[in-house]
Amino acid sequence: MENPTSLLRPADPRGVLTGIHFLDGDHACCEGALAAGARFAAGYPITPSTEVVERFAARIPKVGGTFIQMEDELAASIAIVGAAWGGAKAFTVTSGPGFSLMMEHIGYAAMTETPCVFVDVQRGGPSTGLPTLPAQGDMMQARWGSHGDYEIIALCPNSPQECFDLTIRAFNLAEQYRTPVMFMMDECVGHMTEKVVIPPAEEILVYPRRRTTAPPGAYLPYRPEEDLVPPMAHAGEGHRFHITGLTHDERGYPAMNPEAQDKLVRRLQAKIRNAVQELASYEEQDTEAAEVVVVSYGITSRVAQRAIDLARKKGLPVGKLRLITVWPFPDFKIRELASRIKAFVVPELNMGQIVREVERAAGGAAKVTGVPHAGGTVHRPEVILQAIEEAIR
Amino acid sequence: MIELEQAAEAVENPVEPFLRMDRIPHIWCPGCGIGTTVNCFARALLECGVDLNKVAVVSGIGCSGRVAGYVKLDSFHTTHGRAIPFATGLKLANPSLNVVVYSGDGDLSAIGGNHLIHAARRNIDLKVICVNNFIYAMTGGQSGPTTPASATTSTSPYGAFEPAFNLPHLVDAAGAVYVARWTAFHVRQLTRSMTEIFNKRGFCFIEVLSPCPTLFERRNKLGEGLDTMKYYKEKSKVRNGAPTGEVALGYRDEIIVGKFVDRERPDYLDLMRERLSLQLGNAYVEAPACVCD
Repeated sequence: MENPTSLLRPADPRGVLTGIHFLDGDHACCEGALAAGARFAAGYPITPSTEVVERFAARIPKVGGTFIQMEDELAASIAIVGAAWGGAKAFTVTSGPGFSLMMEHIGYAAMTETPCVFVDVQRGGPSTGLPTLPAQGDMMQARWGSHGDYEIIALCPNSPQECFDLTIRAFNLAEQYRTPVMFMMDECVGHMTEKVVIPPAEEILVYPRRRTTAPPGAYLPYRPEEDLVPPMAHAGEGHRFHITGLTHDERGYPAMNPEAQDKLVRRLQAKIRNAVQELASYEEQDTEAAEVVVVSYGITSRVAQRAIDLARKKGLPVGKLRLITVWPFPDFKIRELASRIKAFVVPELNMGQIVREVERAAGGAAKVTGVPHAGGTVHRPEVILQAIEEAIR
Repeated sequence: MIELEQAAEAVENPVEPFLRMDRIPHIWCPGCGIGTTVNCFARALLECGVDLNKVAVVSGIGCSGRVAGYVKLDSFHTTHGRAIPFATGLKLANPSLNVVVYSGDGDLSAIGGNHLIHAARRNIDLKVICVNNFIYAMTGGQSGPTTPASATTSTSPYGAFEPAFNLPHLVDAAGAVYVARWTAFHVRQLTRSMTEIFNKRGFCFIEVLSPCPTLFERRNKLGEGLDTMKYYKEKSKVRNGAPTGEVALGYRDEIIVGKFVDRERPDYLDLMRERLSLQLGNAYVEAPACVCD
């Protein structure tokens, strides 16, 4: 097998809006998708995410591709799976209530190993909650929301520039690992407008679909390569393959027995878990001499930065770990830090989700303090600062 | 005996090349009509001469949802009720495909009912074959939106009382360009309808009534599958072009069958291309067939 990352190639220039722009996160996410090669999107309107597909609907007819507004999120989330098997790079965009409806097809895409991207611009919940206001309450749902055992990849941007850059990465990872990738924005990041630099197409690397080279008749849809990822075929190429959400064997045929289940579920998990180091991306700052490290992600990381700056001005030994890849969770990084610091402080716009992961990964080696917030706005930096001061004491 | 076996080997059933013979025997019960419809489908593919590499079958969940697993075509067994939106994405990503949705009445009209009417409204170029056995059979014979009033099912032990959907009327009203109903008894007519929809562009819908001797007939003391075939034979009346409002089904009543709707209407892709060309002129870039590389 060729080294999967060596397959990266320059982006199709038709989708790349090279230049310096002033964009909000939602629009930047759309441009990232186009640059990554997304040529199909299905959506259903929901605040605060709709601007992503509004822009896609305006842009895609000039690039070459299709946008369809479906009748609900169930439809949108499986239309992208169908489109992927038809040969397109595809994505859908939603927010909390719609994300709940999409869980069915996140599971189906994980089970059928369909590369696709789900963008969730998080807002306050539960239920209809706060349609126009931010939260980070869907982080565990992104990990565990669909029934059954599976691994997922989730990325978390904290700026419009990252909405562009990381959407490309989300598509690339979806293709490399043949898995749905969750792109976990929040209302603030989605609606904040900043400078976004879109480089020339030749500087943007995209991961092409991992196509089978088997001749028709010899293709086994679920025979994995060395990295446990099987190459893919598209409908209409003469392979006459079968795909099912049932537990299946390498032929893609239903296999209703515990052995097939064990083999399949273990592989689906391992193909992502084995790559946790490669998948991990984070921003680390001043952790060498730190006694306390603030772990945050998304919009909260920008508020936390203010608190960290205030603390350092006071001479407190504080470091920062901003998670960009949230799933699979970078246990190894937390473990490493836990062995040499006193405490973690974990602010997030929910009542305590990722803080539990930090606690689990730290394994008691360092104290872990959450700074929960129900959402609707961001933390006040002083609240995080106070938590830092208490943790150092 | 050896001679007989050799003779049996020599004569291949003409539909065998259309089936995944390595998955036979299938799961359907003796007397079930789904296999009969698949036989008709295979014969229709043979007759209409379509390129089999360009036919994809998409199924939902349930007994009829298993069809995708037995046809030797690109085939997708999707989630419950979502075969149509999956097929919509597949078709729009690769318009050169003939996309067939093959599923049951509960899958398509209850949990998938919203998708059914919207696909008909959009006139997405899909060929929908809906096998109607009046119940949820895979899960043990529960009532559904097609269960005729007074029929006994596992969840209507004292007889169903909800009004049932008239599926041809529903999809006709929503905008389907081809609507027909046959029963598992009408194999020739069904095969012809299935052939016709391969020459039709837009949302096509064929309802096929099918016996479920294990769960519907037995619970209602209606005999074997064969008895139901006799009922279909005696009580069916062919009325091509019948207004779909007049073809509702009742419990053990007369069954109006035939081709009810066959009309022309621009499909989703026609409308999309027309509109975008009009508005964008030369700036409009039509989607290439395969865009993943």
